[in-house]
Amino acid sequence: MTGRLKILVVEPDESRARMIIDGLAETGDPEITVLGSSTGLARRMAEIEPDVVLIAMSDPSRDTLEALSVASGFNERPVAMFVDRSDDSTTRAAIEAGVSAYVVDGLAKDRIRPVLDAAITRFNMFKKLRNELAAAKVALAERKTIERAKGLLMTAKGISEDEAYAMLRKTAMDQGRKVSEVAEALVTASDLLR
Amino acid sequence: MATELNIGFVPLVDCAALVVAKHLGFADAEGLSFTLHKQPSWSALRDGVALGSLDAAHMLSPLPVAMSLGLGGLPSRVDALMVMSVNGDVIGVSNEIARKMRADGWPASFRDPRGTGEHLIRATDRRLRIGVPFPFSMHAELVFHWLSALGLKTPGELDVRTVPPPHMADAIAADEIDAFCVGEPWGSIAVEQGVGELILPCSAIWSFSPEKVLGARHDWVEENQDTVRGLMRAIFGACKWLGSEENRLVASELLSRGDYVNVPATVIDRALSGRLVTRKRALGQTTERFLTFHASAATFPWRSQAAWIASNIAARIGLDRSEAMRVAKSCFRSDLYRENLDGLGLDMPGASEKIEGALTHPTAVASSKGSIILGPDAFFDGTIFDPSDSA
Repeated sequence: MTGRLKILVVEPDESRARMIIDGLAETGDPEITVLGSSTGLARRMAEIEPDVVLIAMSDPSRDTLEALSVASGFNERPVAMFVDRSDDSTTRAAIEAGVSAYVVDGLAKDRIRPVLDAAITRFNMFKKLRNELAAAKVALAERKTIERAKGLLMTAKGISEDEAYAMLRKTAMDQGRKVSEVAEALVTASDLLR
Repeated sequence: MATELNIGFVPLVDCAALVVAKHLGFADAEGLSFTLHKQPSWSALRDGVALGSLDAAHMLSPLPVAMSLGLGGLPSRVDALMVMSVNGDVIGVSNEIARKMRADGWPASFRDPRGTGEHLIRATDRRLRIGVPFPFSMHAELVFHWLSALGLKTPGELDVRTVPPPHMADAIAADEIDAFCVGEPWGSIAVEQGVGELILPCSAIWSFSPEKVLGARHDWVEENQDTVRGLMRAIFGACKWLGSEENRLVASELLSRGDYVNVPATVIDRALSGRLVTRKRALGQTTERFLTFHASAATFPWRSQAAWIASNIAARIGLDRSEAMRVAKSCFRSDLYRENLDGLGLDMPGASEKIEGALTHPTAVASSKGSIILGPDAFFDGTIFDPSDSA
């Protein structure tokens, strides 16, 4: 089997799909189709006839691909989940990144590996971005709470902003808690007393 | 310090023993703490077990057999420690197929595998598209057994589609399938959504089919014998508890929670009580032994059940039948069941294999305490399966 590799990416999340396409483009010149919804996956498979299907481990329609891999009597192109037993670390890396690859029967291992490696990298990148985004959101929320707590202290005690922050920080240190936790407690308490 | 166990499940009524063991003290009593991980698909569950992120799991009974035979992605040697539920699947059709079946004179009987099957086969002139949850499932085996006994050449004359259980109603609504075979509550959900009608409980095809098993990697089982013993005892306790009628409502409440099946308790109760509503706004119909957790030695992993599964898989995909049966029998751990559940006061069957399909009504057979009531375990078409027959 030579020529351009046909890759089908099943991915409902548009930004993740785009990242995967970018990553795959670097592996040569594959023909990439993205399926945003897994409805009718088996039918689309028959139309597109991909060599490789990339799909998130958590996508329920993976079971459909499993079925295509066992059906010998009623499917023309058997596919199988790509598992390289001589290299368990790649399989593990793929699973940790949350991606699985289904490959048509007879496709050479050295053609699959770069594709899988690129997918693993992109899935990990996406995961990292998402974690960073979540962390940024938390940090922003914490900062807002601290600002409110400082305001409450300034009004109640007639002190400056710096003094208010110093007070929060000292209390946090004394109690072995985070500044944001002390601020949160103060804001909650003042809401209750209002 | 409790031993932590990570256990996988797919949201279905028959994962009940895990939920009950975790929340009602059966795991605690064995010094175990369960973390239950809901899985998006049977493939994901299988991968978790194969790679060790899950210690054990709620599994379709053919899954350990298929994995041990090296079939599907990530094959590995997996044991079925015990059966977690017997029966409990249901066949349903789209409103369109139900309408055609009625027009053809189907009396809408819910307990007539032969007549209903014949009407179903006649209801479409192309290949019937039927959804099952996984290629290696009791659902697939029962559908093949049922329709081939009625003259359909399976799998060739059927278009079998794999659809994860929670998506079955959507698949029928989107006209991707004409019919389905699925575990509860997902058949009832299709009824509730008004997209389908239930036509047959699978217990009418085989009256005692092992539906889910407690599965774990063989190596893990060998290396963690004490933990395995506790795990099996906890699950046995939970199954026994589930077998009591008075516990039904608590069980359906527990299962309805978002972490578990996440559908209303009243819908879950249909499977637990065996009173299924087959059509929207219809009255419930009682099916005897629709889903069994404890009675008739339900949890005993009969090696003959494994052999039946292997014999069918081998025939369908062209494996050596007697070798497949040998592998399958070794993964149904009736030896561990006897060893680990000893002392719980239960009556152990004398044998580990039986002639499947021979009991048409409850029958007393030899056991450790004298006799135990088994069955019925008959197939609707009178099939008798002899597990020693490797011809």
